[in-house]
Amino acid sequence: MRRRIAGTISQGWWIALGAVGLPHERWRGLPVRTRRAVKAAIWVAIALILVWQFGVWKTSALAVAVVVLLLVVPRYENVTVRGVRVGKWIIPAAVLGLAIAYPYYLGSMPQVPIFGPFPAMSTMVVMMIFTMMALGLNFVVGYAGLLDLGYVAFYAMGAYMAGWFASSQFANQNLNLGAVGLYPGATGYHFSIWLVLPMAGIATAIVGVIIGLPTLRLRGDYLAIVTLGFGEIMPQIARNGNNLFGFNLTNGTGGITPIDGPGFGNWLDKHLHLPANYLNAANFDNLFFWTSLVLVLLTIFTSARLRDSRLGRAWVAIREDEIAASAMGIPLMRTKTWAYATGAFFGGVAGAYYASYKSGAFPDDFFFNISVFILCMVILGGMGNIWGVIFGACFLSYLDREGLANVGAWINGHFHTHLDVPLYEFGIFGAILVVTMLFRPEGLIPSQRRAMELHEGVHDEPLYDVVTE
Amino acid sequence: MPALATFLVGMLVLWLGVNLVKSPSYFFTISFIGLTNGAVYALVALGYTLVYGILELINFAHGDVFMLGGLFSGTMIISAFHLGDHPSTGILIAAILASLAVAMVACGLVNATVEFIAYRPLRGAPRLAPLITAIGMSFILQDVALGWKGPSYLSVPHILPRGNVFSFAGVSYTWEKLIVVMITVPVLVALMWLVQRTRQGKAMRATAQDRDAAAMMGINVNRTISFTFMIAGALAGAAGLLYALYFSEVRYDTGFQLGLIAFTAAVLGGIGNLPGAVLGALCIGFIQAFNEGLRWHSPGSDWTQSIVFSILILILVFRPEGLLGERTPEGA
Repeated sequence: MRRRIAGTISQGWWIALGAVGLPHERWRGLPVRTRRAVKAAIWVAIALILVWQFGVWKTSALAVAVVVLLLVVPRYENVTVRGVRVGKWIIPAAVLGLAIAYPYYLGSMPQVPIFGPFPAMSTMVVMMIFTMMALGLNFVVGYAGLLDLGYVAFYAMGAYMAGWFASSQFANQNLNLGAVGLYPGATGYHFSIWLVLPMAGIATAIVGVIIGLPTLRLRGDYLAIVTLGFGEIMPQIARNGNNLFGFNLTNGTGGITPIDGPGFGNWLDKHLHLPANYLNAANFDNLFFWTSLVLVLLTIFTSARLRDSRLGRAWVAIREDEIAASAMGIPLMRTKTWAYATGAFFGGVAGAYYASYKSGAFPDDFFFNISVFILCMVILGGMGNIWGVIFGACFLSYLDREGLANVGAWINGHFHTHLDVPLYEFGIFGAILVVTMLFRPEGLIPSQRRAMELHEGVHDEPLYDVVTE
Repeated sequence: MPALATFLVGMLVLWLGVNLVKSPSYFFTISFIGLTNGAVYALVALGYTLVYGILELINFAHGDVFMLGGLFSGTMIISAFHLGDHPSTGILIAAILASLAVAMVACGLVNATVEFIAYRPLRGAPRLAPLITAIGMSFILQDVALGWKGPSYLSVPHILPRGNVFSFAGVSYTWEKLIVVMITVPVLVALMWLVQRTRQGKAMRATAQDRDAAAMMGINVNRTISFTFMIAGALAGAAGLLYALYFSEVRYDTGFQLGLIAFTAAVLGGIGNLPGAVLGALCIGFIQAFNEGLRWHSPGSDWTQSIVFSILILILVFRPEGLLGERTPEGA
């Protein structure tokens, strides 16, 4: 059915082009580079017209068009500088440059039709944090093929680590390790956020191993349910943790707040001009954004390197055929546990960073919905493909924070309805999950290998008790 | 590990024993609440187990079909019958039977539609694919309910009589609890008859055992699977009615939590095993009631979810075939 629709569309397209004097054969005869350029130019022209007609036009739209054309049209693969092949780095470096400079040109961007203005800085911070979590989940779901429905537990663990070690939660204790922005006489553990982030990652990874060791023997769908169970237990512990045998661990539904912000302290501020305390800075959101960009870069680096490592190839082997992998000498339990621990690590770091950004850790932030939200990012973008996952995470968290509200306002404004679109957010995400799995299970930007598995099907009914250690 | 299990069960028995001795009448009253909860859970758990038995799929959307059942029957009672809090017996029986029929048929159709849209196209796909669409469908159904009834609770009038059936030495058993069991038991008997005695039931069992061989024997596999989903949906509809009558509050997200609890019950009994689902549901019902009701050292309702999910995890890890299931090479 999908193929028939696509066929009809493309036929109509070629008839239209033939009418203006460009039949199919002549188009095919053109060199590849010209075809790319023409196609890109047509799409950019359509986009510009849409922005001009239905959005808010600014001259910067032309600059955006030029940048897009520069990124898309030329082929950079074979560029060399003094014999060094730098080609494959050009586009990522350009995207990174654009991201770093984003706060400076955000104000002069045009408004897109339907979706409205470009995301604000606070949204960008959240997008980066969710990108990190989605990349973390990608280790588990994308690489190792284990469905984890309780990823929010790791996020919660990271957030509460920040709550415990960077706030006044434990009032009887008093320990200050490089924290910034404390009022005099603050009690409790106050570690520098730069210290809390790796601590949260490691603690969460340990939790991941503890959860993983007994459960990873289970078959795929059972594992999904068990992780879901853990994902439900953790927030309940957080909610009821104000009185664990008389001990106030999590401050219950009130959550732990305020949590210290990151910062480099006065000495580094004076000598290197690094911001002393993010929370006091005027460009607060920009600082958080740049820092989260660094964290995302670290995550991408780890993802890419691990994917091509011995461990990463073992994950893919397990994903494709568990029994064959174990027959080839891959220790199943250890390899899966590593996937879990790695994914958990990044979830924990992201959770701690988010807690520091929001200056609080609240049990109500850790619902099952968040697990599905992150899973949706991975699946929509393309399981196992780093760029796909980044795209999925940025797009969906943008929708969550601003996009749906803007779209809803647009719909209500144009059709005189009173729909509360953000209320139906998770129905929309559910529909995204269903439609993606039905029509394009490999995601929007697929990893080649995953696409092949999903289309041909793999033998993925492993014996749950195959343990080779 | 067996030592740990024995220890845990021993502690449980000790805790129940002390509670029983301290206040026997209270203990039995709580037990009746557990029995009623268990009856509702049993109907939902059977739906999970039927579907799992035939497709090896955890039908994540099942809890939400149950929730829709509650909304359907609540709407019937409020809008079609205009019932207040204490209607007369004749109208009450008519209203219950009509709502039951409507909820069962509607939920059966909804569940079969979910199967048709989200699971049938993925028959040959890796088994995580239908699980993911199931999660998606669950959210879609929730939002359908959200769009229909809005985010607040639909409060169903207390139409069930609340008098005592009997009251003996401080132990009382109310009519509303008895009615829940009185509706559940015939439905269960009908289900057993359907699966064990009819031609369609035989086709279901054959399809569950070996889909390819069943197809070769001339069974229309897709139709049998659709039929199974309809039956599962009808059970969820009946459970929805009972829930709406007994707890009298239904909302778009009611199905999610209860669905997970019922799934735990199905796993506890041995997933794919029909008597097991009922047994597991009764166990979970009692555990929940004891946890929330008993006075001596019970963790309380704040911890019910954690306890149920801990049971789920322990069962899956140590005895994935459940209480009544048989150990197979695939594990359950």
